[in-house]
Amino acid sequence: MRSSSLQTNIVRSLRILLLLGIVALTFGPLYLDLGHLRFFTEVFSLLVLAMMWNLVAGYADIVTVGQHAFVGIGGYAFYAFAAKADLNVTEAMIAAGLLSLLIGIPITAVVFRMRAAYLAIGTWVVAEVCTLLASKIPGFGGASGITLPSTVIRAVGANVEARFSHLYWMALALAVVCFIATALLLRSRLGVGLMAMRDNEEAAGSVGVNIVVCRIVCFLWTALFLGLAGALLTLQNLRIQPQASFSLIDYTVYVIFAVVIGGIGSIEGSIIGVAVYIGLRSAFSDYGNLYLIFLGAVSIAIMLAEPRGIWGLVRRYLPEDVIPVSHRYRPKTEATPAE
Amino acid sequence: MFNGFLNQIVQGILHGGLYAMFAVGLSLSVGVMRLINIAHGDFIVLASFVLFTLCTALGISPFLAMLIILPPAFVFGYLMQHVLLQKIVGSSNILPMILVTFGLSIIIENGLLIGYGPNPRKLLAGDLQIASLQLGGGVTVGLFPLITFGAAVALIFLLDLFLYRSRIGAKIRAVSDDVDAADLIGLSSKRIYAIAMGIVAMTIAISACFMGIRTNFDPSSGPTQLLTAFEVVVMGGLGSLWGTLFGGIMIGVAQAVGAQIDLAWEVLAGHLLFLLVLVVRPQGLLPKE
Repeated sequence: MRSSSLQTNIVRSLRILLLLGIVALTFGPLYLDLGHLRFFTEVFSLLVLAMMWNLVAGYADIVTVGQHAFVGIGGYAFYAFAAKADLNVTEAMIAAGLLSLLIGIPITAVVFRMRAAYLAIGTWVVAEVCTLLASKIPGFGGASGITLPSTVIRAVGANVEARFSHLYWMALALAVVCFIATALLLRSRLGVGLMAMRDNEEAAGSVGVNIVVCRIVCFLWTALFLGLAGALLTLQNLRIQPQASFSLIDYTVYVIFAVVIGGIGSIEGSIIGVAVYIGLRSAFSDYGNLYLIFLGAVSIAIMLAEPRGIWGLVRRYLPEDVIPVSHRYRPKTEATPAE
Repeated sequence: MFNGFLNQIVQGILHGGLYAMFAVGLSLSVGVMRLINIAHGDFIVLASFVLFTLCTALGISPFLAMLIILPPAFVFGYLMQHVLLQKIVGSSNILPMILVTFGLSIIIENGLLIGYGPNPRKLLAGDLQIASLQLGGGVTVGLFPLITFGAAVALIFLLDLFLYRSRIGAKIRAVSDDVDAADLIGLSSKRIYAIAMGIVAMTIAISACFMGIRTNFDPSSGPTQLLTAFEVVVMGGLGSLWGTLFGGIMIGVAQAVGAQIDLAWEVLAGHLLFLLVLVVRPQGLLPKE
């Protein structure tokens, strides 16, 4: 399909808009009030969760329903490093991400014994085990959880304004790093292999894509970033508690619905999905259970009617991705018309 | 001390019968349609609430209510497959299967929360619930757990008979072995899948009755039943009916041993045994030959 200059211009404008948006958000604490700072901090964390679920489910064909396991591990690890080992906040966060990655290794070894839909439910079982074990670790508040010590909270910022601004920047930094790193991962050899695998697993394998390694790298990649996000969410919520830190609904169900609605298999889709989800939530949060039913029904309808979601619909009318994760086809010579 | 332990093991085995009942329907849908229904547990809970409503409205026993809902359950399962689930089976892309059944699970759970609220319920079966039998060696078993176990064995026996001795069972097995070949010789896989799902729904109604009398249930208890059923199916060997009884007993005993420590370990022990089996024998303990 030959793209008109209008379509190319739309893609270009969207790219500029995305960059301007990030730049504008960087200065958020200068013009946003506390409520909105908190709101955007949550949006950034959610964005990380969405990009990670999209990476494994949309690219690596690992449809996990247990990603809250790593979020919770990150939260508990952060508490351990910040409150027990007295690391400073940044060190504790990074250590929490790394520990989540480390625990991800045996988890990978177990769940990769299964394939496809079995793997999906297997990740859920692992998440259940993690939740139950978290309530059994001595010194972490058991089933009722424990609040972060005030020294840790003060280390983030001396007063509420400073704390909210710092958290905002930390969340934005994590989202941007996660976004760029994941886009680069998808553009790398491994990412190209993943996309080849998604299109045709046998063909990809036969041209030398090591499918198993690609999938394991992706899964562990999410373990790292989900762990970091978990640490950040713990700083926002100021406490750890098994059911809340390992929340199936907040960190897996909503994330899945958001990504599916926005468009699975593209980073743009994750961003759109989070925006739509947040918008719907502000409008319908009073309806509680009814809202969840609605989200579930919409996700089912999208899966059956337009599996690539909102972005899939939009993308049909655009010549290329706004976030160029796939490599453009560049013919060596001008192709001659066949007729 | 030893008697107490033996007692726990026996209770665990009997409880395993209930788990086998949860799993037998899932095993059938996995075996025939390669369908892993994430809403399986929520369907069980939904059926329990239907039974609860019937029992309180008509003042009848849960068993009678169960018999009443068996035919509608078949129709429900048939239509469910015909209208919705048929669209998501038979594809190598598992995303629609997981997301659609996951969406169903969320819809059912929240629908029940709106309709019944979050409080736990129980089905009442009168004296049957408290009657117990003295076995030798200081072992006491409840009459109802014993009946549940017997019912599980009977259910598996009947399903096995149905699949291997009836005409429609033969058709189901044919479609399960090779859908394309079955369609080629004029079996409508679509219709046979729907019949199989109808039977799955009947097993769900039966297990809902026994679960509801045995334990408390609330709108959010579906995932627990799903995970147990899933573990039982995988441990027993995918698609093996008698394997589910074996897998159920394994989980039941593991939980009984874990319960000696405390409540959290009861559930944990089942999950951990499952993960252990997965590492040691990923093909399950009694795989279908």
